[in-house]
Amino acid sequence: MSRPTAHEPALEPSTPAAPTEQEAPVARPSRRRGRADRTAGPALRVAHVLLLPTLLIGVYWAFTAQPGAGFYTPTPAAIATAFVDLWFSERFFVDVLPSLGRLLTGFALAALLGVGLGVLLGSNARVRATCEPVLEFLRAIPPPVLVPLMIMLAGIDDTMKIAVIVFGCLWPVLLNTVEGVRAVDPVLADTARCYGITGTTRLRVLVLRSASPQIMAGLRLALALAIILMVISEMFASSSGLGFAIVQFQRTFAIPEMWAGMVLLGVIGFALSSLFELVEGRVLGWYRGLRAAHRGE
Amino acid sequence: MLEVTGLQKIYNGGATAVEAVRDLTFSLAEGELVCLVGPSGCGKTTLLKCIAGLMAPTDGTVELAGRPVLSPPPGMAVVFQEYGRSLFAWMSVRDNVELPLKEKKLPKERRTALVSESLEAVGLTDFADAYPWQLSGGMQQRVAIARAIAYEPQVLLMDEPFAAVDAQTRADLEDLVRQIWQRLGVTVLFVTHDIDEAVYLGERVLVLSNSPTVVQDDITVDLPAERDQLTTRQDERFTHLRARVYAQIQQAKRGSAPPAA
Repeated sequence: MSRPTAHEPALEPSTPAAPTEQEAPVARPSRRRGRADRTAGPALRVAHVLLLPTLLIGVYWAFTAQPGAGFYTPTPAAIATAFVDLWFSERFFVDVLPSLGRLLTGFALAALLGVGLGVLLGSNARVRATCEPVLEFLRAIPPPVLVPLMIMLAGIDDTMKIAVIVFGCLWPVLLNTVEGVRAVDPVLADTARCYGITGTTRLRVLVLRSASPQIMAGLRLALALAIILMVISEMFASSSGLGFAIVQFQRTFAIPEMWAGMVLLGVIGFALSSLFELVEGRVLGWYRGLRAAHRGE
Repeated sequence: MLEVTGLQKIYNGGATAVEAVRDLTFSLAEGELVCLVGPSGCGKTTLLKCIAGLMAPTDGTVELAGRPVLSPPPGMAVVFQEYGRSLFAWMSVRDNVELPLKEKKLPKERRTALVSESLEAVGLTDFADAYPWQLSGGMQQRVAIARAIAYEPQVLLMDEPFAAVDAQTRADLEDLVRQIWQRLGVTVLFVTHDIDEAVYLGERVLVLSNSPTVVQDDITVDLPAERDQLTTRQDERFTHLRARVYAQIQQAKRGSAPPAA
């Protein structure tokens, strides 16, 4: 009988020996994307991304092509023309760049302030107890209502708009940082103390790194808020910016242009969030691997 | 080298005060390997934290090389039970071992030499660039041990370091500790709840009583210096010592059991 000899070697690898700690697999590949994405060819991946947008645009186009479709819903072709005419002109420098500048300045300030205050509050229970009620109150104020106040205090220039963005974006960063800092593992903190890791090194290698998943989550929320607040702050008493432009188009019945402004906002939001994801992947690579290891991948 | 005198720790939690450690006095000579064994809940971890300077005792003193320990002293390294939580998950194995040396302001060449030596001693040379979470539990604890020995401490404290690894790995790690101790001549205080482990590893075994804790017995382990998982554990003296420690712990549990309220 050749059967056992023929089968035995084939069976060998599929019968796992009782895994001991020593022999456990090492260097697990980090799987950031799903199996389908990795095995699919590039063409198929592009199809995955573009399928739904194409479908949605198609449906909208069919809707606008109807005879009864109104003046306020221009065809995608009209919007695309307006988009190119508008944003590939000097308006890019007049409206888009200032908006982006305010957005990024406000976001960066909120990030710095939020992380700084968050570390302070997170590592000091007494300061936290003193500040918490006030912070909860301030957080409850919807940031757009600051616009009228800021116009009086800071005028209608960039300071006002940036202040509104900072005020709105601060909270998710601050609160997430506080939670992240509070959740530093006590065993790791003891370890650091034993090895004389104190002061700024402790802050850099222990506190900020161990809170980084929460901080990044806060920043992600803040980024989405920053775009909203940028637009809102520009809708009031403004002479430039995307929010201003969109309101102006609406008032002058430049409807395809108004739509082109909205599309551009969507594109900006999408681009910023993709960029953020790229940075997050670098900063939190260890965290994803750790989580995957805990899931037993 | 290490002197613990009249150590007492009372946890004040509102209305009730719990006396975890009552009155502990013992000392470790330089280069000694002493195991501390006691029934579970006898305040081993409390004691270790007081010795490490991580927790202030209510009364009594800890002295390292003649100096009172009030905060973690520079010449002391600690290996915790929770290996997964005592390593920096965002750093490679190499960086984990090197970080304390950077804080010690050692020059680059010295750090590199110490890191490679200690990783070699624990058999992890090939994994220097891996992240801790890519390794098995036993290997992670080896990283923690490598970090401790690279630090070149006068005293090495180990808080039930092998309680969370499987039996086979545990035996290997026990031999590793003996080997490192013999090679480096470092003073080791090894806390465990495992009687066999205490007798197998130690030159001396301190038996702690039930909480509130005192030193119940101080047993010299007169086994040969070269120990082997198989022959040593079958040695008649080993079984005799183990029985003695076991009896002491049983007595400790009965003897100082607090009267029911």
